[in-house]
Amino acid sequence: MLKNRGPARNPLMRIPILSVYRTDTGKKYAMAISGVVLLGFILGHMIGNLHVFEGAHGGEYRIDEYGEELRELGIQFFPRTLVLWAFIRIPLAVAFLIHIHSAYSLTRSNRAARQTRYQSPRNYLAADYASRTMRWSGIIVLLFLAWHLADLTIGVEAVNPDFVRGSVYHNLVSSLSRWPVWVLYVAAQLALAFHVWHGAWSLFQSLGLNHPRFNQFRPLFAHTFAVVVTGGFLAVPVAIALGIVA
Amino acid sequence: MDLTLRVWRQESPEAEGRFETYRAVDVQPDMSFLEMLDILNEKLLTSGFEPIAFDHDCREGICGSCGVMINGQAHGPQRNTATCQLHMREFSDGDTLVIEPWRATNFPIIRDLVVDRSPFDRIITAGGYISAPTGSAPEANLIPVPKETSDAAMDAAACIGCGACVAACPNGAAQLFTAAKVAHLNLLPQGGPERRSRVERMVETMEEYFGSCTNHGECESACPKGISLDNIALMNREYLLSKIRSR
Amino acid sequence: MENQNGLDAKVPTGAINERWENHLADINLVSPANKRRFTIIVVGTGLAGASAAATLGELGYQVKAFTFHDSGRRAHSIAAQGGINAAKNYPNDGDSIHRLFYDTVKGGDYRSRESNVYRLAQLSVEIIDQCVAQGVPFAREYGGLLSNRSFGGAQVSRTFYARGQTGQQLLLGAYQAMMRQVDLGTVELFTQTEMLDVVVKDGQAVGIITRDLIDGTIDSHAGHAVVLATGGYSNVYFLSTNAMKSNVTAVWRAHRQGAWFANPCYTQIHPTCIPPSDEFQSKLTLMSESLRNDGRIWVPSRSGDPRPAEEIPDADRDYYLERRYPAFGNLVPRDVASRAAKLEVDGGKGVGPLQNGVYLDFADALGRLGEDTVRERYGNLFDMYQRITGEDPYLTPMRIYPAMHYTMGGLWVDYNLMTTIPGLYALGEANFSDHGANRLGASALMQGLADGYFVIPYTLGGYLAPRLGEKTVPTTDPVFEETRSRVRWRIEGYLTGGGTRSPDWFHRELGKTLWEHCGMERNADGLRQAISAIESLKEEFDHDLLVPGDGHSLNQSLEKAGRVDDFLELGRLMCIDALHREESCGGHFRIEHQTEDGEAERDDDNFSYVAAWGWTNGEEPILNKEPLEFEYVRPSRRSYK
Repeated sequence: MLKNRGPARNPLMRIPILSVYRTDTGKKYAMAISGVVLLGFILGHMIGNLHVFEGAHGGEYRIDEYGEELRELGIQFFPRTLVLWAFIRIPLAVAFLIHIHSAYSLTRSNRAARQTRYQSPRNYLAADYASRTMRWSGIIVLLFLAWHLADLTIGVEAVNPDFVRGSVYHNLVSSLSRWPVWVLYVAAQLALAFHVWHGAWSLFQSLGLNHPRFNQFRPLFAHTFAVVVTGGFLAVPVAIALGIVA
Repeated sequence: MDLTLRVWRQESPEAEGRFETYRAVDVQPDMSFLEMLDILNEKLLTSGFEPIAFDHDCREGICGSCGVMINGQAHGPQRNTATCQLHMREFSDGDTLVIEPWRATNFPIIRDLVVDRSPFDRIITAGGYISAPTGSAPEANLIPVPKETSDAAMDAAACIGCGACVAACPNGAAQLFTAAKVAHLNLLPQGGPERRSRVERMVETMEEYFGSCTNHGECESACPKGISLDNIALMNREYLLSKIRSR
Repeated sequence: MENQNGLDAKVPTGAINERWENHLADINLVSPANKRRFTIIVVGTGLAGASAAATLGELGYQVKAFTFHDSGRRAHSIAAQGGINAAKNYPNDGDSIHRLFYDTVKGGDYRSRESNVYRLAQLSVEIIDQCVAQGVPFAREYGGLLSNRSFGGAQVSRTFYARGQTGQQLLLGAYQAMMRQVDLGTVELFTQTEMLDVVVKDGQAVGIITRDLIDGTIDSHAGHAVVLATGGYSNVYFLSTNAMKSNVTAVWRAHRQGAWFANPCYTQIHPTCIPPSDEFQSKLTLMSESLRNDGRIWVPSRSGDPRPAEEIPDADRDYYLERRYPAFGNLVPRDVASRAAKLEVDGGKGVGPLQNGVYLDFADALGRLGEDTVRERYGNLFDMYQRITGEDPYLTPMRIYPAMHYTMGGLWVDYNLMTTIPGLYALGEANFSDHGANRLGASALMQGLADGYFVIPYTLGGYLAPRLGEKTVPTTDPVFEETRSRVRWRIEGYLTGGGTRSPDWFHRELGKTLWEHCGMERNADGLRQAISAIESLKEEFDHDLLVPGDGHSLNQSLEKAGRVDDFLELGRLMCIDALHREESCGGHFRIEHQTEDGEAERDDDNFSYVAAWGWTNGEEPILNKEPLEFEYVRPSRRSYK
């Protein structure tokens, strides 16, 4: 079996620097770089979420104001939400798509590389639970994302009947007060934690960022990042469950 | 000690394979794993059965011929040890050993535990060398190489090409093998002039046959020579820089 | 039978330091454009074969390279640990080409051809340059320059090394150079392909017959010249430090076709191997001789001393090498060190559970240098020892014993490395040329690479140039047909034997006989016994061999059967040679010929010649002599005291 790599059909792939994406190694770069973007996003998102704990000032929940601030970014020069779309939402969507597409094609490549699996159980030494379940944790996060957008961003009726546009605090509390949703959120955060646990270390390897002096900090960074982000994200549902946020 | 062996038997690349169960009795702890198989084979042969085919040669852990999965681990349970250097004192009386060949689409099984690893040769052919035609070399001490660089190159060059990295990798990837050669040659000043074409051709040839790296680290753990995962990062960096600069 | 006509080694004339240069000036050349019109067959891809294939390919010849391994990187050259000698004199300790030449001739106990050895010493310098340019990561000093260490049989430090993996790194260098030519299309590499015969037409080598080990296909390959670089035959002893598949088949089949076999009885026992632990042992593991730089060899003064090594005080230890050879101490040549160990073990002073070893102790070195330095120098060897024996050499002395390791004998070649069949060459350990009756440590790598990189590429031209325009013999020629059917017939014979014993059984029996009677010590009676024992074993082999399976797929028992068959014939010839050589020299120690203090006693008046044996199809072999003349190094009794 030989992987056939003929001339590129996609015109974008004929651009020299982009053509690197045709190789598996190139896809790993793409995955790592899009991963960095997504890590930045989840960190920002997590910090933003913490506005929930600031409660209300003058009748307005702080987190509702924060939501509006995001929509009004650059309002002095541009129409409302343009900056949000142009510099956050669309780049994020692109990063997501690249991340998913590269994961999909690398998975196919890896499956092809071992068409007949081992017939006896493997005994792994280094590959941990997180690294071996990247695919699954990724898919869980992806499905969750779809729910999450429908639930709290778009407000699809079937997903969140109590949705009120702009009332972030209200939407959050009402949604997370339903226990199946609460469980879904917590489970998804744990999947994300596993994903980041491996991914935030792996990206250094994929991008060739290594040096004997800081190599030991790479997993430390990844694990800290995973714990902090997950902790921050989980704080909200936990607070709701405990009645701290209501 | 007495052991139960479940060994993969397969007559030819096309044939269906299966596990066969054998008893190995009176195994001495000082025996090597392959000597244990030798004795089993001698018994099989003299009872009119075909011996188990397995690759092996130097039995000193340096030629890279040997290698099987033992209880789900490439080269068996002892770290930094090729199958031929594994001794039976690592096992205990009553153990069951499941012995399976390396599995990867481009390491097809030839017979029993023997697989075809020729794609490794093709990766080397695609640039795993320094072009220094005989007779053209300058005086050896004209190019000083810092000891640290030379040592790092030697660490990478210790690869024996056994294929355990591919066998152990959940993705069937050959990054560690390829990276070890790229690192060995690209670290040295002699390898400088060809460093970009080398890494590009080697990586792209590797990808024709093998899976991709998801940084599990199984290869490093299985490697009988302890080749470091750092080499893979180095290869990724070299490849990226080469792609950026050569365009 | 004896042929009194001397053999012509075609050694060039002139002062010894000018001979190679004179020869190069005289040799015929093939022009660059014409080189591609010649097909060269190279069998074996170890150091000699790979370096030859790479260099011939670079020159533009069409090269077909063959290995029975699955890759060009597996040959047993890869297992050489210690290093490679070169007369660079980097340490400024008085080394020179002449001194390396002198040491090698003396180390070989004055049984090698002076001109060849001198050329080897000259080329040693270029080998290091070549290997460094290829990226061989030799050990270096902090200043970035190359590092050297000392080795047995020399009083200078001239050994270059890459940790304990020098052979590996040199072979990978040659292999990579060869694969580069594969990439460029000048070398075609046939893996998993075993050579089973040489095709000789009108007295010239015109091709080979091979068997594909995977599907059993018998194939023919024609060439203008055939180069054998198939290594040595230590495995004739069954237990040796050679790789399991190392064999004499290519060389022996060439011998049967008319290539004379020189000095088969010159075999080398390596003093520092791990002693066997049981009767199932499949092979012996060598620990680099470099260990003798820092390790001290001793046995308990009292035989059967029950105390563990650490508890035996210095007063009760016999550092027998230091005692007997104060000048060289633990660094005496291999043959001397081996025999000394045998003497101690035979005298009942052996150590270990089977009392079959002597101690190699690093306690002093650990105290003097510290564990870190010792680990840096020998770490991988210590680890290997621990993996094999389960004992920690940092805490308790290693146990070592001599084992079969290298064979100085091989196909007779002239100065051009051509055998007695025109067009058939032998390189590296496969030939007999440079080491006389004993090889010095770190010289095998030197010879393999000198032959492959720097000798054959020139000397081959001399043979080919007059043949410009000649086509290769078509493989449909009757001579190919005939050789092919002989090969097929042989394989059929093994498969239809229908006996009861495995090839391994015969191999093991042969090994025991040879080790006992033609090993570290030999005597006339024992050798006669061995000859008749081997003859009856061969007869039994012909009738009682069992090879299961068929010839159309991977069949390791079948491969083994052919190799054991050849070993049986070779073993007999070794004993005949050992019996005829009524002297002791180097690795050949005849008990009848020793000095009062047990050292080898040469007989230069009667045996200063190379014994090249001709095959006579089952009859007694014919002895041909190449007289050895020593113009530059006066033979004297080797003394390392």
